[in-house]
Amino acid sequence: MQIPYTVTPRSDTGLFNGKLGIWLFLASEVMLFGALFSSYVLLRTGAPTWPRGWEELNIPLATLNTAILITSSVTMVMSWASLMMKDFNKFRRYMGSTILLAFGFLVVKAFEYGHKFELGHFPSTSNFFAVYFTMTGLHGLHVIGGIVVNSYLLGPGSKMWNTEPERFTNRVEIAGLYWHFVDLVWIFLFPSLYLL
Amino acid sequence: MSDSSQSAEHDIDIKKHVRIYIIVFVTLLALTLITVAVSYLHLSIVPAVTVALVIATVKASLVACYFMHLISEKKLIYISLSFTAVFFIALMFLPLWHMSDNLTH
Repeated sequence: MQIPYTVTPRSDTGLFNGKLGIWLFLASEVMLFGALFSSYVLLRTGAPTWPRGWEELNIPLATLNTAILITSSVTMVMSWASLMMKDFNKFRRYMGSTILLAFGFLVVKAFEYGHKFELGHFPSTSNFFAVYFTMTGLHGLHVIGGIVVNSYLLGPGSKMWNTEPERFTNRVEIAGLYWHFVDLVWIFLFPSLYLL
Repeated sequence: MSDSSQSAEHDIDIKKHVRIYIIVFVTLLALTLITVAVSYLHLSIVPAVTVALVIATVKASLVACYFMHLISEKKLIYISLSFTAVFFIALMFLPLWHMSDNLTH
């Protein structure tokens, strides 16, 4: 059976189904991270003392990671734009770069975590580190999820380009929306945890 | 209009998008450097939070509007996101509610 509205928009929503689906999923993600941000504000404002981010965390490494994630957002949107221009080879290059940059982000994060563990800083150390590890850990899991989806689209999933190019382009657009959301969360995590 | 001229127009449109992506990319990097530079001034918490959140909101808006194409989306998505925004703002106000509760008791 053919799945309806994977390419053509529904007349009532004006959208293909996947697009509405990903936006509703992202809305639920906003609430998930929102709950964590809200808890962070509650814990911080209720605490008698709270360290400033720069006293405990490594700002240059986090700045590097911010640049990596922003760059990966650009390569992601360029991979979609390449498909819109019917250039599959360019798509492969940009999507490959996005995945590599995502791995780069995780490697930097692993160094950061490793250093914290060496110093004896664990989630149980203080509320500050509990918040830091919970929020960056959940974000890191989202990065891993993005790598899995993007790798599928670059690998076995890319066969769809030969049979249903428009549907494949829509899939890449949807994966892109998710990836930009992961970038967007980091845009708020970075100053909230490291710079304040 | 012929198929070839439509396709050429479509290509020009996408190329325009690509130019915008590059401009947004450079702006995002510049704003990141600015927010990091300001953090080295070690401002007191209120101005530090204000500057950091204003810059983060500008950056997030650029990502949402241009990379996520929210600047030209369908009405249903705006409606769904406006509900999300209301609940998100309510969530952010919960700690304030708690703080005012502490002050009155």
